[in-house]
Amino acid sequence: MSEIMLQISNVDKFYGPIDTGVHAVKDVSIDVERGDIIALLGSSGCGKTSTLRMIAGFEEVSRGTISIAGREVHMLPPVKRNVAMAFEGYSLYPTVTVRDNIAFALKSSGKPASEVAAKVDEIAEMLEITGILDKYPSSISGGQQQRASLARALIRDADLYLLDEPMGQLEPQLRTLLRGRIKYYIKERGLTAILVTHDQTEANALADKIAVMEDGEMQQFASPEEIKEAPANLFTGTFVGEPPMNIFDAKAASSDDTFAFSLQDGSELSFPRSAFASALQDRVMAMDRVALGVRPYAVQRSETGAAARVLANQWLGDQSHIAAEFAGGTLVLVEHDRADLSEGDEITVHLDASDLHIFEPDTGAAISHGAKLVG
Amino acid sequence: MQSVSTLERILRGTAISLVIFFFMFPIFWIFLMSFQTNETILRVPPSMVFEPTLTNYRSLISGTLEGSTATLEIRFMSNLYNSLFLSVTSVTVGLLLGVPAAYAFAKLKFRGSEDIAFTLLSFRFAPPLLVLLPLTIYFQKIGLADTYLGLIWVYQLIVLPLILWIVRGYFEDIPSDIEYAHRIAGHGFWSTFTKIALPLAGPGIAAAGLLAFIFAWNNFIFALVLASADKQPVTVGALAFITASGINYGQIAAGIMLSIAPTFALALYAQRYLVEGLSLGAVKG
Ligand SMILES: Nc1ncnc2c1ncn2[C@@H]1O[C@H](COP(=O)(O)OP(=O)(O)OP(=O)(O)O)[C@@H](O)[C@H]1O
Ligand SMILES: [Mg+2]
Repeated sequence: MSEIMLQISNVDKFYGPIDTGVHAVKDVSIDVERGDIIALLGSSGCGKTSTLRMIAGFEEVSRGTISIAGREVHMLPPVKRNVAMAFEGYSLYPTVTVRDNIAFALKSSGKPASEVAAKVDEIAEMLEITGILDKYPSSISGGQQQRASLARALIRDADLYLLDEPMGQLEPQLRTLLRGRIKYYIKERGLTAILVTHDQTEANALADKIAVMEDGEMQQFASPEEIKEAPANLFTGTFVGEPPMNIFDAKAASSDDTFAFSLQDGSELSFPRSAFASALQDRVMAMDRVALGVRPYAVQRSETGAAARVLANQWLGDQSHIAAEFAGGTLVLVEHDRADLSEGDEITVHLDASDLHIFEPDTGAAISHGAKLVG
Repeated sequence: MQSVSTLERILRGTAISLVIFFFMFPIFWIFLMSFQTNETILRVPPSMVFEPTLTNYRSLISGTLEGSTATLEIRFMSNLYNSLFLSVTSVTVGLLLGVPAAYAFAKLKFRGSEDIAFTLLSFRFAPPLLVLLPLTIYFQKIGLADTYLGLIWVYQLIVLPLILWIVRGYFEDIPSDIEYAHRIAGHGFWSTFTKIALPLAGPGIAAAGLLAFIFAWNNFIFALVLASADKQPVTVGALAFITASGINYGQIAAGIMLSIAPTFALALYAQRYLVEGLSLGAVKG
């Protein structure tokens, strides 16, 4: 059963005149299957809210089409699209209580009062806002408003749930708690949701697939694992993952039995030729330069290997972040134990060929992940 | 909370008393005058000690003005009724037309909307007499001169721009997302207007309606030119107090008391809305 619930095809958004206005969303296409949770991840101003608002119908689609449940909706008014939305700015009705805010849509759809009341209580309990149901929006905190707004969206019967940063105002503990409950709520009912978030942990924990956006363009749309293991380009590679991926400028050189990357400061990372597929070797040799990426977790300290000098060593309570000067840049590595290192110490690090990501330096497109050629 | 020093409290109290005294004294004096006869009013030096009489009110209500030489018929009560009728209907019509228009100007940015809104406001720039002269001829031709309908129509020149521009500001202050939240939950444009926008702009609409009422009530020139005796409001009718045989101050004072009573009562009753409306604390973006 892989029915497409939401189909966004080649959608552009211009604020102002087409082609000359602000190009907020650029040729974005996404297919969302029924029952999936999709996370929209990207830096501030990259077009996430614009995309949601086009799906909801508050912003015109400048080009392209949007279909919900097989029905083209991008020309329909919001009323006719059957989507629910939790707004970035909450947007509760100030003149009625939180309870009435949440119940509003159900009440006016003609559901019996007792059923509505039971649903409101259930959802309020789930989101830990039972105590504020009879207050007015202006007299509750930002985090409470946010949850009230989320409740107002989740309580509805809609084809699609659009959640714009629904938990941005909450402290990590509550966020973790609610994340689990919300996921259960959505999955149990087989709802389809699109969630905008800045929090990668949230995206990883909640989403079946993540759409990474930057500067209005879709960078990658894939499962959290795939985005981690096979980032489509330099942007996704460095944007997703904490701490971010280390990137070095390198040039490939091969000899009879080694395949090596010479780095900016003249040092070399060499690997046995057998570690790389020959097609990959040919491809990389043909290039003038490559961008070499390695995740901080994949860098190992070892007896032998490339030399680096420690710049900083931070113990975060459950892991160490060590920054070291390496090949004219900074290399960050993560260890799970407290590391006995201080600034200026010399260390040697080992990188596994299977942990390397190679990117085209100009376009940023991925060439290989873990010694395997992309595509 | 900051604690307020005694000195500050005293100073503030004095200042407020002075202001109240300054603004309220004339009204208070007129109030006293309305219970006196011409003789006690005009004595020198003036005094606050007198024997109150209700003759002024009695003659206003019965409609006979007792001059020193003759009695005169006046229509004070029918003038009062005209004022009330004209103001209430004008403001009602103004609200019915102005509020939806204000909403359209605030939320639907259509081509030329800014120009139209400004044109409507510019009606207030022209000196009323400039408009009145051609209007009189016009109204006589189409039979609207000296009718309530014609007066209410002309009163829209005062009422409509006021309502339009005040209420528009309130609608603009409502975050669009609050309305979108309602629309997306399956409600149409009209339902969003009545269920979300109107209640949120309520204090503003009340404030605008109140101001418009006061402006309409106090209007003089339109009614002076366009209305004959039986349709005149108090502002014009009050001219009748100045007679050839002299000026009866006591009756004028009683007339003033009666004619400011409605606006005064309304302002007292609605000041809560006025303050609320002008600060608009309820909507947070
Ligand atoms: N109404 C508008 N008029 C003009 N430009 C706009 C408008 N709304 C958004 N933009 C621009 O479009 C771009 C995308 O904005 P959008 O709100 O979609 O970003 P976002 O990804 O949701 O950001 P954030 O994470 O900060 O919420 C931004 O450059 C923004 O300045
Ligand atoms: Mg946003």
